[in-house]
Amino acid sequence: MSRRALRAQTVEELRMTVGQGERLLVTFVIPVLGLVLFSAVPIVATDTASRVDFFAPGVLGLAVVSTSMVNLGIATGFERGWGVLKRLGTTPLRSSTLLLAKMLAVLAVEVVQVVLLGAIAAGLGWRPHGSVGLAVAAELLGTAAFAGIGFLLAGTLRAEVTLAVANGLYVVMLGISGIMFPLRRLGGFAAVARLLPAAALTDVLHPALTGGVGVPVEGWIVLALWAVATPVVAAATFRFE
Amino acid sequence: MPAVEVEALRVSFGPVVAVQDVSFAAEPGEVVALIGPNGAGKTTTVETLEGYRRPSAGRVRVLGLDPVADRRTLAPRIGVMLQDGGSYPVLSPERAIRLFASYYDEARDPAELVELTGLASVASTPAKRLSGGERKRLALALALVGRPRVAFLDEPTAGVDPAGRLVVREIVSSLREDGVCVLLTTHELAEAERVADRVVIVDHGRVVASGRPGDLVTGGRDVRFSAPAGIDVAALASALEAAVAEVAPGEYRVDAPPTPTTVAALTAWLAESDLPLADLRAGRQTLEDVFFRLVSERAGSDGPGEHAGDEPVDQ
Repeated sequence: MSRRALRAQTVEELRMTVGQGERLLVTFVIPVLGLVLFSAVPIVATDTASRVDFFAPGVLGLAVVSTSMVNLGIATGFERGWGVLKRLGTTPLRSSTLLLAKMLAVLAVEVVQVVLLGAIAAGLGWRPHGSVGLAVAAELLGTAAFAGIGFLLAGTLRAEVTLAVANGLYVVMLGISGIMFPLRRLGGFAAVARLLPAAALTDVLHPALTGGVGVPVEGWIVLALWAVATPVVAAATFRFE
Repeated sequence: MPAVEVEALRVSFGPVVAVQDVSFAAEPGEVVALIGPNGAGKTTTVETLEGYRRPSAGRVRVLGLDPVADRRTLAPRIGVMLQDGGSYPVLSPERAIRLFASYYDEARDPAELVELTGLASVASTPAKRLSGGERKRLALALALVGRPRVAFLDEPTAGVDPAGRLVVREIVSSLREDGVCVLLTTHELAEAERVADRVVIVDHGRVVASGRPGDLVTGGRDVRFSAPAGIDVAALASALEAAVAEVAPGEYRVDAPPTPTTVAALTAWLAESDLPLADLRAGRQTLEDVFFRLVSERAGSDGPGEHAGDEPVDQ
């Protein structure tokens, strides 16, 4: 693998992300607005003493969904639609290098998201106490799971359909993941929602960042299964043309 | 060793046969044009050489290698210009060329390529805001950035303005001088006649003729001329003792060997009748004449053939 190619590709992937308004909207504006709005205004009743204690971990999970599923999936879908992926197939750039560059760009964006959202949440009075290691592990598993979904859409559907489905899934995940309101409000449906990756991610992030009321074993298992399954299925079904 | 070898190539997508039977070879330093109407199988042939398609039958080799099995070895040595698409719309020529240059060990200087392809004035304009011709030249620059030994250019001049065509032609000539094998497709015969050392005429997935443009266009069996429309062809025919037809208003064909005697008799008759002579072609056809004769001969003898698609068919 050429390190020069990896470096150049990673830099361009990053520049393309931060250079486009619609991509910044989903990666930064929506999570930041969500955090500030829901923490400051009593729209939703939470179970925690301060609202930001409830919303901060969820929004850190949402940031991962934004970047690795919506942003990555839509961008890759359009690259496929424009014939860019096809064209890259006859250059010496390996698909593994391209994948690595995309994931490094995703991780770089996520680091900035976490720092920014963490700082804003701290400003709103959030004092996390828990395990940084567990939170990072959760974010990484979430990144794998949602990047897998993004690539699965991008590699099988037309770009415009990928755009619609990724945004649709984003709204669904937002709604039934425990990001905006505690999952148990869903009653019997909560058990189903907990099988989805977004709820599993929120499930493990909450105790990881609040000093933990026991380890949510089910959440970790569900998240880990998604983190393995979606990349495997995406790799098996991905079409470059 | 030929740079490109195609032997009895057949490519089908399910029930659709895009290429029936195509064979040709191209040497280093040779410019070969695949010409033919839309749907002839040109793009499928080129994309098989690029490794995007697998032959259903027959064999293709590029620099002696199998484009699919030896993809990694070949990738640094070939340059590809797709019929359309292939570059990031948000990247300017400068950024795109610089990015592609990073993929190759011995890339050309991006700034020099921008200059060479005439993109200096739009070097920092995102590709989506370039004209069609500029986008083609960007795709050409991206195909050349890795110093390929074989360049595949699919419709490099389609939709390109005359100035842009000149740039493309000059670049192709310089590639030839550097010993690069260039395989290009076009449906514009005049363009093929200008840039190619050899043309391969493809129709309905088969080669109908191939050779040097000069060889293909000699050996015309008639004399063609242009004069005012509606001259008395019967009188002219009896003067020349050969059939004369007005094939289009003002365009005439004399069915006689292109000898000096025939030409002299023709010009004498026109002079006597006080008619101007606008154009005269004896013993030399345009590639267009050859092409349409071959294609219409095939259509006459062939009956309804299998459908052949120029566009890659989605499986």
